[in-house]
Amino acid sequence: MRGAAVGKKLVLSRRRRPLTFWFDRGLIYTLLTGFAITFSIPFYWLVSTSLKTKPDIIAYPIVWVPQTITFEHYIGAFTYVPLARYIANTMVIAIASVIGAVISNALTAYGLARIDWPLARPLFALFLATMMIPFAVTMIPLFIVFKTLGWVDTYLPLTAPAYFGNAFFIFLLRQFFLTIPLELSDAARIDGASEFQIFTQIILPLTKPALATVALFQFIGAWENFLGPLIYISQRDLYTVSIGLAMFRGEYTTEFGPLMAASTIMILPVIVLFFFTQRTFIQGITLTGLKG
Amino acid sequence: MSEQVAHRISRRRLTLWFWGILFTLPGVLGLVMFTAYPILASFYYSFTSYTMIGRWRWIGLMNYERLFKEDPEFYNVLFNAVYLVGFGVPLGISVAFLLAVLLNQRVRGLAVYRTLFYLPSILPSVASAMLWTWIYHPTNGVFNALLQYLGIVGPNWLGDPAWAKPSLILMNLWGAGGFMLIFLAGLQDVPQELYDAAMVDGAGRWAKFRHITIPFMSPYLFFALVTGLIHGFQYFAPVYIMTGGDPVRSTAVYVYYIWENGFFFLRMGYASALAWILFVIIALCTIAIFGSVSRRVYYGGR
Repeated sequence: MRGAAVGKKLVLSRRRRPLTFWFDRGLIYTLLTGFAITFSIPFYWLVSTSLKTKPDIIAYPIVWVPQTITFEHYIGAFTYVPLARYIANTMVIAIASVIGAVISNALTAYGLARIDWPLARPLFALFLATMMIPFAVTMIPLFIVFKTLGWVDTYLPLTAPAYFGNAFFIFLLRQFFLTIPLELSDAARIDGASEFQIFTQIILPLTKPALATVALFQFIGAWENFLGPLIYISQRDLYTVSIGLAMFRGEYTTEFGPLMAASTIMILPVIVLFFFTQRTFIQGITLTGLKG
Repeated sequence: MSEQVAHRISRRRLTLWFWGILFTLPGVLGLVMFTAYPILASFYYSFTSYTMIGRWRWIGLMNYERLFKEDPEFYNVLFNAVYLVGFGVPLGISVAFLLAVLLNQRVRGLAVYRTLFYLPSILPSVASAMLWTWIYHPTNGVFNALLQYLGIVGPNWLGDPAWAKPSLILMNLWGAGGFMLIFLAGLQDVPQELYDAAMVDGAGRWAKFRHITIPFMSPYLFFALVTGLIHGFQYFAPVYIMTGGDPVRSTAVYVYYIWENGFFFLRMGYASALAWILFVIIALCTIAIFGSVSRRVYYGGR
């Protein structure tokens, strides 16, 4: 019914649309197409290089569409360096820190958003303020502590902190918890549920999308983390993908084929994750984008 | 009776304290261990000759004196960081805003465009740094090949001190999509009635943009400015991978210099002093932005 009415209105207005309307549309789509091409070229350059033969890669002028496609650089990426090993290492770190981040941030944000105690607000403000602190300031004392503990060349410095909350995720989850009506908790309280039962049985199931966002961002953060592994990991067989790739670049400066193949492999999980969880992603970004 | 009530209330209060502390414990412990302690410790170390190996002692303000008076590299890395932030952040916000405004015009294929513009911003910085090193390759790179079609002979982007910093800024624009997504969400919240009313009043496109869109978007722009600044000063991985701070230290940014001092030369006391100065700079900039801009930020009557 309503759809038909809207459709009719559209048809009518289309007939009366002035020239400026078409001029505007033309301008918008021209700009968008221009940006789309510009944004795509790096992707194309990455993937096409990874599939080109060596002579095609160093050809001048450049080869846009390779005549022969080869997978030798992908094989090279896995044989010059133990890339499979690095991927497994990074996965271990990423999964361990995702578990920590989801648990610790959910607990902390719950205590700030849904328990009415005097410190809830000042503590939240304190967490927000810490977002301003650059990692570079805390990096050196943390290194000294972890070194003293004998944690250098283990994954503990890269995973343990995730079990103790993160200001950004606390902010994100708190915003989400606040949108759940307080009456839900009150009803459960009257039924005799403890605060912890309310948390696990009523609130958490409603928070799945936000928890997924935290898991996603933490995974990507751990996957791409560079400065952390650079500082803490010096043993080759413990390398993550990011430093493995950086060291590879250091040794084979001109081998852009395998480098692009390895880079493609590194961005692949992120792209796949994005396509499967687009909604979660966009929700998470816009939730923290200063709403509410 | 009232005693009983008072008793019950205080018990209720106690339970709330109990649960409050229990739930926030992980975060509070993290705050103490991974933020409060390291900040104070790095302040302390900044007055010492700490090196990680060998003996060290309290040297008072010597690190700071050396930094301001005897270390020209300090001013160089500060200049480089300010350059990247000063040009890069406003440019990035402008591109993101333009993209968001374009996408907000009820375009067909919105999801496709949005994905394409957003994706580069979440790619691992190491992988995009590798890719852009290759894009900027003076003879075999795609960037100079494209310029050649326009009749321009492109320079050796990352190898030329005059072009290295602009190259990094241009590369960062590829990742402007994060802000775009936030802006797009904001634009969708601007009440349509306002535009309709303005149209009735005969307002032109520019007037509508200037007097409705911009004020409504100011909290989002403000947020982007502050976070862009904080992140911009922490720029590290691309420099490490693409240039190593060269040519002639033209891309050595602030955090890169902290890393060099702390983990390459093992001058951790000196690196701590550098880090603290960065902390103060970021704090001052943030406060300055809050002070000068927040008055002009419109929060929709909230």
